[in-house]
Amino acid sequence: MEYLGLIIGAVLVNNVVLVQFLGICPFLGVSTKVGTAMGMAVAVVFVMALATTVTFLLHYNILAPLKIEFLQTLLFILVIAALVQMVELILKKVSPPLYQALGVYLPLITTNCAILGIAVLVIRKNFTLLQSVAYAVGIAVGFGFALLLFAGIRERMELYDIPEAMKGAPIALVTAGLMSLAFMGFAGMIK
Amino acid sequence: MNLFKELYRGLIKENPTLVLLLGMCPTLAVSNEAINGIGMGIAATFVLVCSNVVISLLKNVTPDKVRIPIFIVVVACFVTIVDLTMNAYTPELHATLGIFIPLIVVNCIILGRAEAFASKNGVFASMVDGIVMGLGFTCGLTVLGCIRELLGNGSIYGHKLVAANASTILVFILPPGAFIALGYLIAVVNKSIKKKTS
Repeated sequence: MEYLGLIIGAVLVNNVVLVQFLGICPFLGVSTKVGTAMGMAVAVVFVMALATTVTFLLHYNILAPLKIEFLQTLLFILVIAALVQMVELILKKVSPPLYQALGVYLPLITTNCAILGIAVLVIRKNFTLLQSVAYAVGIAVGFGFALLLFAGIRERMELYDIPEAMKGAPIALVTAGLMSLAFMGFAGMIK
Repeated sequence: MNLFKELYRGLIKENPTLVLLLGMCPTLAVSNEAINGIGMGIAATFVLVCSNVVISLLKNVTPDKVRIPIFIVVVACFVTIVDLTMNAYTPELHATLGIFIPLIVVNCIILGRAEAFASKNGVFASMVDGIVMGLGFTCGLTVLGCIRELLGNGSIYGHKLVAANASTILVFILPPGAFIALGYLIAVVNKSIKKKTS
């Protein structure tokens, strides 16, 4: 029950993009088509769960015993970058179809600040390993959910007549704002 | 090098926040008050200037294949310095900016300038580039922060400008207001830039 609450809270109440403002770049960048948004969403769930587990273990088994927590930022970003490269290489070798589907999104994920953000956040919140993984998966699913909804709206929006100055990023941001307003309705659902 | 021209480039023509649309996450997240915008802007500018200088110094000994990891390590070092310094001297601001200080390391403005400018140009030029780009980022954040604070709270830098019991548009200091305010701000910038060129 505790984990269910954690996951629902991460998906809806504290949605990573619309409430916490992490991962805005891919949110605006790969949301013009539903198909690409889907690929990105799956890749993020996979990498986020993996990266959070690895950085969590590194923090509590290497940084904390040696009392060098100040190296956290440096270590985490390097580990995440290396991890993404490794996943890419392994996928290429083991499962070419999956690589075909997710390959192009993997390099983009290193620059997704949601990955590093959540890895740092679970440490700051003093979660246990299981809680961290549940939270990371919830956050990643929330990211995918928001991304897919947003891509759906943007696909339809292409048909509308939008004022010249509002085309592109401005209308996308205003749309995201309205979505964020809708997501505020979930606030108070979880204490 | 024309300093005035550089300044114009960083602040208006290639403003990282409002024209190039880089570093969106901190822009949206910390602009609920103007003062946070300035704090974030200064922190990012410091990292940007220092990393630009170091990367420019290292450009002849950096192997091309591993340049990105090297850039990331340099940037991460300066981010750690900023993080610890702010924690010591401005603990309140450090707590408000929270997770977005370590996240300066993945701010695309910094890696972008390292890759596009500092790794190809001299030390002084890179330093100037860091300063003007950092100023552009700070200005973008501050303008957005002022607009949101004024509409949402009726104040600027904490100075109340409306009557104490006047109703303000609260949504502008909440997350949705960030998206909407930035959207319209970019639209205004688009419009005015287009008018100038045509």
